[in-house]
Amino acid sequence: MSSLNKVVKELVILSGKGGTGKTSITAALVHLASQSPTKSIFVDADVDAANLALVTSAEHLEQHDFISSKLAQIDPERCNLCNECYEVCRYDAIELPTEANPTYRVIDLLCDGCVSCVYSCPQSAIKMIDQQDGVWFFSSSPYGPLFHAELFPAAENSGKLVTLIRQRTKQFAENNGGHPLIIIDGPPGIGCPVIASSTGVDLALLVAEPGLSGSHDLRRVVQTLEHFQIPQVICINKANLYKKGVEEIKYFAEENNIQIIGELPFDTSIPKAMVQSKPVTVFSPNSPASNEIKKLWEKLQKILFD
Amino acid sequence: MKIAIASGKGGTGKTMVATSMAAALAPIHNIQMLDCDVEAPNAHLFLNPTINEIKPASINIPTIDYEQCILCGQCVDICEFNALALLGDKIEVFEQLCHGCGSCSIHCPVNAITETPRKIGELKFGTFNKNRPFLFGELTISEPMSTPIIRQLKSNMKDDVEVTILDSPPGASCSVVATLHDADYVILVTEPTPFGLHDLKQMIGVISETGSLAGVIINRDGIGDSAVEDFLSKNGYPILMKIPYQENIAEGLASGKLLIDIIPEFEDAFLNLYEMIKEQIHEEIYH
Ligand code: SF4
Ligand code: SF4
Ligand code: SF4
Ligand code: SF4
Repeated sequence: MSSLNKVVKELVILSGKGGTGKTSITAALVHLASQSPTKSIFVDADVDAANLALVTSAEHLEQHDFISSKLAQIDPERCNLCNECYEVCRYDAIELPTEANPTYRVIDLLCDGCVSCVYSCPQSAIKMIDQQDGVWFFSSSPYGPLFHAELFPAAENSGKLVTLIRQRTKQFAENNGGHPLIIIDGPPGIGCPVIASSTGVDLALLVAEPGLSGSHDLRRVVQTLEHFQIPQVICINKANLYKKGVEEIKYFAEENNIQIIGELPFDTSIPKAMVQSKPVTVFSPNSPASNEIKKLWEKLQKILFD
Repeated sequence: MKIAIASGKGGTGKTMVATSMAAALAPIHNIQMLDCDVEAPNAHLFLNPTINEIKPASINIPTIDYEQCILCGQCVDICEFNALALLGDKIEVFEQLCHGCGSCSIHCPVNAITETPRKIGELKFGTFNKNRPFLFGELTISEPMSTPIIRQLKSNMKDDVEVTILDSPPGASCSVVATLHDADYVILVTEPTPFGLHDLKQMIGVISETGSLAGVIINRDGIGDSAVEDFLSKNGYPILMKIPYQENIAEGLASGKLLIDIIPEFEDAFLNLYEMIKEQIHEEIYH
């Protein structure tokens, strides 16, 4: 479906790296959306460090297991120590027998679940065991429904988990109506979970922080989104902190034809609101940051729906 | 000895700690620096290494020799990652889904599969502080998989050094495990807020899987509450250092300065921290 006749639109908020105030801005947008005709559903796609539920005081309505990866397991009773599995495993996940532990074992943390060893074992001594990699939730918050997830520590497949909760959100939006927009809080980086949280969205809002690393990270995320042909706009955070960095971002945005639609000042009401686990627009509605985010929200609605 | 610097989410000051620690140790100790945050590598921006070698990071993907292939479809069944499909009289390879595990080529009954490297990023090698090794990786734009790059980067580590500092990617999943799993000590960087506490708990979960020693640096000290400190003292993790919340630090970092150049007292603090960590690792080994 083309984005023009799509009933429910999707906005993802990304930053290339965390710590740019991305979640603070998302939480404020979530609050503002609840006060406006553009009622929204929220998705926390930063499944490694899911914070949106905290800052919106969400309550779980549903909880589901996320079972995705598989790990190899060796049955020492059947193993004849032939060493085949060690030979084929490219992830150093097979541990050789030692004096203390005279069996072949799989190191769970290193196993990629490729099943190669299973096909190689002449004794059929290796099985794949399903793993629960996390949980996902459907929650209610004062600002609207929220889909979010927690990947278990050290687990795999965050991209698949993001894809799953995005699908569930879309189904919910299409079945229930009344929510013209889905707002997605994206993960850091440019790899698999970022791609999973931005494919097919109508708009990406990039939160950029002036400075050497900020500019570098912004460039990489912009290139990634360009590759997937996702329309993007930029909001500069902490704009008064480092003027030269702001100039750099502006120059870069112009060069790449990306509109800058907001400039938030360095404002201590943002960390203070975060400590209170509240959106800044709730905690301090008339702070400089809140006022700028309100303007940002107006512009976002225009871009998305006009 | 390997010391990794990690945090549950990005932007908590992980790279600030890693680069300042590296810069403080480099003049005196035989160290090397590895930036494993291959999706958003930043450490080189602060340590300005001279890069003298660039190598491709790659995944070996299958190439099918149709002279041999009998279109039995076994490789399609074997591939766990849905990277192969039998379409008409061809085996289609979906390159970006391939993990390079080699299972298809090993198990093809007629040996019709060979493997060809496909570039997914770059490994960059150089030196900083005159001759200290500096290694980092960079994921190519639009490529999904960063873990293979981290593994390849780590296999290029020098082992004749006293200590290796690893700047980990943010988060608590596979790329972080690939960085941390063999570290002797993990420094977790967090901030004293409810988010910081939540993400720290995730990281403690990772540490308990990898079994490494760990301590915590509290960054932006003063912005929040005492929940992080209460949690740490209850669970027996030491607070290694506190870095205050100051505008001049944020400003200095933005312009590419190291923390130890913005506040010189931190140079000694990092040297002392290193001695403390070294002692703790020794105790653990000879206990
Ligand atoms: S391939 Fe099977 S029999 Fe051989 S060492 Fe591995 S588990 Fe044991
Ligand atoms: S499933 Fe693959 S990664 Fe895991 S132990 Fe077997 S060969 Fe190694
Ligand atoms: S397993 Fe080998 S012979 Fe069979 S379809 Fe695949 S490439 Fe062809
Ligand atoms: S190398 Fe592994 S992941 Fe790639 S196509 Fe072959 S079986 Fe699939």
